[in-house]
Amino acid sequence: MSVTTETLTTAPAQPSSPEPVRRGRPVTSTAALIGKKVLGALFVIWAAASITFLIQSLLPGDRATLLLNQQTGQVQERSAEELAPINEQFGFDDPLLVQYVTFLGGLLRGDLGISYTLYQPVTTVIGDQIVPTLVLTFTALAVAWALAIVLLLLTARRAPWVSRIFSGLESAAAALPQYWLGIILLVVFSLWLGLFPVVSGSGTAGLVLPALTLGIPLAGFLAQVMRAEFERTMDEPFVLTARARGMSDGGVRLRHVLRHSLLPGLSLTGWAVGAQFSAAVIAENVFARPGLGRVLVTAVNGRDLPVVCGVVMLVALVYVITNLIVDTAYILVDPRLKEAA
Amino acid sequence: MTAQPQSQPRIPADAGTTGGVPAAPHPAGPVQSATWRRVPVTVWIAGVFAGLLLLAAFAPGVLATHDPRAITLGSPLAAPSWEHWFGTDQSGRDLYSRIVHGTTQSLLIGLGSAAVGVGLAVVFGSWAALGGRWADAVIGRAIEVLFAFPILLLAMVFIAVYGPSVQTLILAVGLGIAPGYARMVRAQVMSVRRSGYVQAAQALGHHPGRVLAQHILPNALRPLLAVLTLGIGQSIVWASGLAFLGFGVAPPSPEWGALLEAGRPYIIEAWWLEIIPGLAVLATALTATVLGKFVESTLEGER
Repeated sequence: MSVTTETLTTAPAQPSSPEPVRRGRPVTSTAALIGKKVLGALFVIWAAASITFLIQSLLPGDRATLLLNQQTGQVQERSAEELAPINEQFGFDDPLLVQYVTFLGGLLRGDLGISYTLYQPVTTVIGDQIVPTLVLTFTALAVAWALAIVLLLLTARRAPWVSRIFSGLESAAAALPQYWLGIILLVVFSLWLGLFPVVSGSGTAGLVLPALTLGIPLAGFLAQVMRAEFERTMDEPFVLTARARGMSDGGVRLRHVLRHSLLPGLSLTGWAVGAQFSAAVIAENVFARPGLGRVLVTAVNGRDLPVVCGVVMLVALVYVITNLIVDTAYILVDPRLKEAA
Repeated sequence: MTAQPQSQPRIPADAGTTGGVPAAPHPAGPVQSATWRRVPVTVWIAGVFAGLLLLAAFAPGVLATHDPRAITLGSPLAAPSWEHWFGTDQSGRDLYSRIVHGTTQSLLIGLGSAAVGVGLAVVFGSWAALGGRWADAVIGRAIEVLFAFPILLLAMVFIAVYGPSVQTLILAVGLGIAPGYARMVRAQVMSVRRSGYVQAAQALGHHPGRVLAQHILPNALRPLLAVLTLGIGQSIVWASGLAFLGFGVAPPSPEWGALLEAGRPYIIEAWWLEIIPGLAVLATALTATVLGKFVESTLEGER
């Protein structure tokens, strides 16, 4: 995660600003709007796939030589006889356009190519390791949401010094580099206090610290975006009405105000899914946890481009789908957006 | 989120009366001194730390207590003490002095990446804002696609293709942070282009090139000083994260990322080898953020 809140501006359009509700002609039907979003998402996926293809084919040097050298661990010139079967197998000699069409066709069938170093299909390599990474990513998302919501309910719009201290803490949490937070958690809770295993493995006890490593900075980001909306909503007339009905302060916060502040947090989550994958790569390496992160680091070291590109494309796909879901949910939940679009 | 400086520059009072419209509204003296009196304490701390960083970058010998390469026999992995403020590494080298001597390279990596990122952002962001509908659509789409690649993963693809090196690191991080800044630049240039003094200059019949060079770019890009500062902090964090994974500067160097990588095998015996260089990264990034935000708000206040 980045150190500044700058990246937040890159999140999808945030409807938090109180746009005046424009009455009158509805501009587009909901279905057409969602259809447009789906087309946009398909375009991004196609472009991401094309970029990864270009990167693979523009690799400096001869790919067959690289592949053979990586496999044998030697760096040397290879004879044409040695290279021919590899070129044959991977289709490196075909014209670029043919390779591109083959690549896209493979993608449609869920085929990401063959690993240069493991000689296995990339989908198998990823499939073997994806579960721990997904578990970590989604546990971390849940941890971040839980932390952010508890923090908001307890500290937003309280005495000025409480709000100030906690919004400062949130900025600090959002700025923490994950590897550093991970190391501190590892040193304090595993080495000094002995509460958690030093090598996480794939057990439940080993999930706690990595999930906190990913969750704490994200909770800082979430609370930052949601706090603004939360405090604005506290001034709304319906809050006063609810209070006048005799509802308790905690009840108002939980039942009415929280609901409004969820929206900006939701759109941030869409953006954060990709970033959480990056962070998972780091956390898995800090805590010696199995998963895609370690596959990726090994693949980058071995210059195993099909695996690297496969992982990157998968993350891009997850990012696009999550944002599509978030955007669609938005249109369905908040009709103001439809009219604004 | 106050990240996006979108305030509309005011129209200078003499915009219509004089032939040459002033390109940038100049701050008046008293306004500035009033601003200085209101400098918050965090900015003072950040300023002092930035001064120390610059001193470490240009004259590391002044701050260092030991030779960063000198091996103290008999005290490898010594904990922080009066003699070795931040402890020693596996060869008994003084960590504090190594961090001081690594400052130059770490700052250069941050500055380089931020310059690459902000440079790309300025070119493509202003192109999108000024190049007409097609340019805007194409660049807008391209930015959207790049957002689907998380910065760290994009950088790792680059490293897989070109092999780990300082140049790859700078290029990869720069490219990674560019799309976000490109969106900011585009919004900024758009808002300046529609502002009163640009319209005034156009109404006076100035050549479009002159309007661009004299009015639009200087006003739209001035907030970039703040953005660049923020970008340096962000880049240093990304670069150190990549270094931690083993894709940065090679370990004998005292560059901060390299220190992080070198200390990893000793995490159980010597926590300071990881935590203190990480703290240097974090403190530098926070300093850049605080100063960047301060510059941003000062510039906005002047308008």
